[in-house]
Amino acid sequence: MKRDVITSLSACLGTLVLCSVVYPFVVWAVAQIAFPWQAQGSLIVRDDGTIVGSSLIAQSFKGPGYFHPRPSAVDYKADASGGSNLAPTNPQLTELMSTQAAAEGATQSLHLPVDLATRSGSGLDPHLSVEAAKFQVERIATARGIDALALAQWIDRRADHSWWFLGAPPRVNVLELNLALDGKTTSRE
Amino acid sequence: MDITWIHPFWALLLPVALAIPLGRFMASVLDPPPERAGHGFDRLTHWALHALGRSKPQAMDWKAYGRAFLIFNLTLFVLSFLALEMQTWLPLNPDGKGSLAAHGWKDASGTMHENADTAVIFNTVCSFVTNTNLQHYSGEQHLSYFSQIGVVMWLQFVTPACGLAVMLAVIRGLRGDRNLGDFWHDLVRSLLFVFLPLALVVAILLAASGVPMTFSGAADATSLEGVHAPIARGPVASFVAIKQLGTNGGGFFGPNSTHPFENPTPFSNLVEIVSIILVPMATIFMFGRMIRDAKHARVLFLVMLGMLLLGMFVAIGAELGHGPAVKGVAQGPLLEGKEVRFGPIASATWAAITTATSNGSVYAMLDSFQPYGGLVPMSLMMLNVDYSGVGSGFLNMLMFVIATVFIAGLMVGRTPEYLGRKIEAREVKLAMASLLVHPLLIVTGTALFAATELGSKSVANPGPHGFSEILYEFTSASANNGSGFEGLADNTPAWNIGTGIVLLLGRFPSMILPLAIAGFLAEKKYTPPSLGTLPTDGVTFGATLAGVVLLVGALSFMPAVVMGPVADGLSRQAAPESPIPAQTAEPGSVQSQSKDAH
Amino acid sequence: MGIATLEPMPDVEKLKLNRRSSRHLRLFEPGLVKQAILRSIVMLDPRIQARNPVMFLVEGGALLTLMVVIESIATGADLGLILYQIALAFLLVLTVLFANFAEALAEARGKAQAKSLRDTRRLTTASRLGDDGEIELVPSNELKSGDRVIVEAGAIIPADGEIIEGAASVDESAVTGESAPVIREAGGDRSGVTGGTRVLSDRIIIEITAEPGASFLDRMIALVEGARRQKTPNEIALAIILAAFSIVFLIVTASLYPMARFFDVTLDVPTLVALLVCLIPTTIGGLLAAIGIAGMDRALQANLVAKSGKAVEVAGDVDTLLLDKTGTITLGNRRATRFTPMPGVDEHELARLAALASLADLTPEGKSVLELARRDFAVDSNAPDGSQFIEFSAQTRSSGVNLPGGLSIRKGAPDTLAKAALAAGHEIPENYQPIVDAIARDGSTPLAVSRDGQIVGVVTLEDILKPGIQERFLRLKRMGLRVVMVTGDNPLTARSIADRAGVDDFIAQATPEAKLAYIRSEQAGGKLVAMMGDGTNDAPALAQADLGVAMNSGTQAAKEASNMVDLDSDPTKLIEVVEIGKQLLMTRGALTTFSIANDLAKYFAVIPAMFVEFAPLSSLRALDVMGLASRGGHQSAILSAVIFNAVIIPLLIPIAIKGVAYRPVGASALLRRNLLFYGLGGVVAPFLGIKLIDWIVDPILSVLGLA
Repeated sequence: MKRDVITSLSACLGTLVLCSVVYPFVVWAVAQIAFPWQAQGSLIVRDDGTIVGSSLIAQSFKGPGYFHPRPSAVDYKADASGGSNLAPTNPQLTELMSTQAAAEGATQSLHLPVDLATRSGSGLDPHLSVEAAKFQVERIATARGIDALALAQWIDRRADHSWWFLGAPPRVNVLELNLALDGKTTSRE
Repeated sequence: MDITWIHPFWALLLPVALAIPLGRFMASVLDPPPERAGHGFDRLTHWALHALGRSKPQAMDWKAYGRAFLIFNLTLFVLSFLALEMQTWLPLNPDGKGSLAAHGWKDASGTMHENADTAVIFNTVCSFVTNTNLQHYSGEQHLSYFSQIGVVMWLQFVTPACGLAVMLAVIRGLRGDRNLGDFWHDLVRSLLFVFLPLALVVAILLAASGVPMTFSGAADATSLEGVHAPIARGPVASFVAIKQLGTNGGGFFGPNSTHPFENPTPFSNLVEIVSIILVPMATIFMFGRMIRDAKHARVLFLVMLGMLLLGMFVAIGAELGHGPAVKGVAQGPLLEGKEVRFGPIASATWAAITTATSNGSVYAMLDSFQPYGGLVPMSLMMLNVDYSGVGSGFLNMLMFVIATVFIAGLMVGRTPEYLGRKIEAREVKLAMASLLVHPLLIVTGTALFAATELGSKSVANPGPHGFSEILYEFTSASANNGSGFEGLADNTPAWNIGTGIVLLLGRFPSMILPLAIAGFLAEKKYTPPSLGTLPTDGVTFGATLAGVVLLVGALSFMPAVVMGPVADGLSRQAAPESPIPAQTAEPGSVQSQSKDAH
Repeated sequence: MGIATLEPMPDVEKLKLNRRSSRHLRLFEPGLVKQAILRSIVMLDPRIQARNPVMFLVEGGALLTLMVVIESIATGADLGLILYQIALAFLLVLTVLFANFAEALAEARGKAQAKSLRDTRRLTTASRLGDDGEIELVPSNELKSGDRVIVEAGAIIPADGEIIEGAASVDESAVTGESAPVIREAGGDRSGVTGGTRVLSDRIIIEITAEPGASFLDRMIALVEGARRQKTPNEIALAIILAAFSIVFLIVTASLYPMARFFDVTLDVPTLVALLVCLIPTTIGGLLAAIGIAGMDRALQANLVAKSGKAVEVAGDVDTLLLDKTGTITLGNRRATRFTPMPGVDEHELARLAALASLADLTPEGKSVLELARRDFAVDSNAPDGSQFIEFSAQTRSSGVNLPGGLSIRKGAPDTLAKAALAAGHEIPENYQPIVDAIARDGSTPLAVSRDGQIVGVVTLEDILKPGIQERFLRLKRMGLRVVMVTGDNPLTARSIADRAGVDDFIAQATPEAKLAYIRSEQAGGKLVAMMGDGTNDAPALAQADLGVAMNSGTQAAKEASNMVDLDSDPTKLIEVVEIGKQLLMTRGALTTFSIANDLAKYFAVIPAMFVEFAPLSSLRALDVMGLASRGGHQSAILSAVIFNAVIIPLLIPIAIKGVAYRPVGASALLRRNLLFYGLGGVVAPFLGIKLIDWIVDPILSVLGLA
């Protein structure tokens, strides 16, 4: 019994060193050397060194000239992520979706693509479906004074089809689209 | 070209293909014959145990093995409790996180209680020591990097290793070894040869696909529209790897694998989904090899696979439906709580796999699943035998096997026997006790909280769905799964203590009782099979086993399920078509500080 | 040389059958039914019910419902509700009564069976032999173990005992149903006598071996009387499973009440009790005792007296059967089938000589030589006057005749006669030994015949397999049993017979020690062994075997060492024992499966009905797949489920008592078959049954206006 307790304590210490010191250090070292940009959070940095955001994390875009990301249940707080947890049978969800649809300019005949009407699980979904991006073309084209059709084709060209063979749906990264719209030069940190 | 339907095939076939060789490998390194123990690769074990003063394996019977297991878990409990309590004073806290207990909690009327709430620490420790990872806190908000790595991640390594160790001991008993092995040796071998190497590979694959691995604090970003916003990050890759491999499921971030930093791409997604189910699948093949009855193990494997397929099929079907919320508003299957890069099919696939195994990580919010889509993860946890937790899933299935063998054995006119050893009153008693615990915890817990304000004031959604949230929470706690219908405001002392107790009772009896059964069976005489013996390696036995599992599950949980997801689903069909104006809570109200996120 | 059996062999099978059918009671024999009905009311006593947790729960539920009824009346509830609750209470009591009835009926049958045996124990007067040699007349029920009694011809043997002096022919038909008398004699393996049988000839002294009230029969009677019946280990294990299910269902139904509070719904307590009673395994719970008693009863019908309920169960598990060759596998005796003359000897002549040598041989073998010679060679078989017959002796190992003309004819063991021939200076024909060996190799017994010392030929004595024995062994093999033949023959002969009969193994030149060793080695390999024996020297092996069956004709030691006594002393009985054991276990398993499988339909009947009147959950009406209670309100669905639950118990009594038929088709096929009948059938039957009952109850309720 006493021997078990002693073994137990030393086993705790041993496994702690192995699992919480050696292992993360090895992973950290490999990641920092082999994939430094990803390891730091895929950050996108302006020329002046300020961080615009992470290419993996959605951020709020309210202006008409930007692609709007999916709505967020946590107001795009990247340090307090989360979803709405509203049930499909909850009338509140229907109401929220109606409000969102109206805000994005959907009508009875022109339905909003569902991803643009709903909050993601993390509240930080960086992507939109190609349809949801195209849905916003009219508004952006008007705001920026560019040709809507060309913008739509531009979206098609920038659509991310990677990993399609794993069953991944085509999508676009909102932050990257908006950066490209602005023509801002940024670097990967 | 839309081939999103292909995802489930990847998600099932790849892990099966990998689990077969892994299972063989595990059998050979975790259960080496005496002459190979301590030689070759196994010298590592020898050295490690030499450091613990245990280099010579001790022959343990079920009592000694169980005692070592319990003492180790008690030590884990005490140490992690202290570490979380003292988080503020410990290193690796770049964002200056305060004590986990100091966050306080909101009561039913919305009043904030600022005082220290040790209950959340109790709940968290129970949750991680039991390999559950139910989280009533939110990782990126409340835990320092030390707590994430030195407490949570450490437990994510050692608790599945404990499960695997007990499983090894039970298998040895079933094959007739009176010496069930040495707990400490099994623990160390599981870590050294299974979890650490696998985690290393997975962590690096994840880091490559974009999961952060840094000890720097949150990045301070200024968005294109000029909003300042910190972006939480951390040593995520190493964490997520073992979270998935060890059927843990506890996320680094609150919303778990929905968070783009935990699961950034469809590739990382495949890596994670394979990691979730790989080891649980491999343990079954390991079992077959250790008892030298691959056919019997294959039957168990296929029964589990069949139930998983059924679950996936129903969940995918449900999630491809649109639901009333979408009607007249938007187009396409409801994506509330789901990520665009995964879509409904992959989300439903994950939901089935994460609850079939006792993992519980999510990459879509289950609370926002369609009623029958949410029924699937709930049902799989209620059965709690579908691969399930590393070690513990097999042990649960073993209890059903014993019950099945008993009834089926009677039906072929013989005193029931399993693997050549007679199943008698003592074994039946222990197996039934083990099987009773699970429904007992779920049903009484749900009844207590549903009938009182403890539960009724915590739910986020009205009607049957609210009931489902309570039912799901207890099911997840008892099954040691850890996923949740996250809308539930469960960071209250009542929920923390209630589910904390359920977590402990859901774990330890269902480890110790099978161990005792194995110990007793090991002492029995072996009867070679004859034509009159019920074969446990054929289709008939497999179908009977599946029937018993499903029937017992249905009979135990049908009334509760009927009042929750089924009533939810049926009322949805009866619901009016036009959108209803709502006057309930403010839009986007979430309890972000109190979610079992995972 | 084979030992001839003295047992008469006239159409035994037929006689046995007659007797069994005469003892076979009709399932619902009016007298027994009446007795059982009365008993089932007495058994409502909670102290008796407490032995059966499942039914105890039902009785508790009935009591709770009654209390709610009183409350409803006191608070002036709706008349419809009160009547509904009364109906439920009545149905719950009825459920308990039905279960009681099943047990009481099985018990009554068992007792009737036992009584027919006990009736053989007519109270007689015994002549007890005192220590001083004086004879004292005492009533037979005062005899104690160790007492000696004298029984004269025509008298009834007063109690079980062993003959210590004398031999007698005994009519055992009262016990075994066989009318032919049997020989019982002191000193051998046929010294056991049973009380109630009649001595036909001679005078014997018997030592009583059973205390009053403690004979095998008394023990058996106790086993079928429920009150004193001990649960077997297997029954205990099953009872644990049933209790576990009951606990789960108790929690599930009890928690429904608080769960419904979430929706501000207050459920009706009697309805919850009804749901509970529907769910807990009342079907098997009510029939479990009956199944056990009926198993003993079936054993008794087969004239097997088991010493414990466990013995019958063990029989189902037996892996290896040790069967005596003689009387079990082969007909009790060998028969002459062929005459093989030596060169220069005419076959007809050989037949004539062999017949002459056998004239005085009254063993069946000797008779069969005569028979063959007469039939095939028309030998005139009268011995000339003045012939001198030589009896068989162990020294000479031959017998024969010396004819008046000086001709001496012998028949006997080939090696003995060959030695005698050599000694007498005759030559042994060259092909003699090969012929002898070939006959032995075929499993037959060679018998040499000599004329004046000169060997003239060999008679083949063949072991004749019992008709149909191969089929029986095939059946045993399909049941998964290994059959081992025990014989005194040499290995060569034994192998040949073993091959012909299709047994898996044999013990040749078997001694009691060899048997014991074989049993031990089988058991070391984890096998359960059954054997049958009669002699005192069989006792150790009988005790060692997991299932020892002693012949009633056997010695007291053999009977004491075994778990069962076969009143028929029929060596093939082991096969029957195994099937009875299997049937017992199967019936339990099948009815358990049926009982649990029934629950699914009951959920679909009760749950929608329970919630349908409450708005937040009224959508659950969609679960009413049976379309119940279309007119009379939801109570009809609940009542129908409870009625089905109650009525199924008496409906299954025939299966419980007769047992589920065993078929030797292999375990998997058997399981498939039983799962199909009792598993799938158990799921489907209540859907149909409840719908049917509702079809009757629903209009009644609607007419009564209780909806």
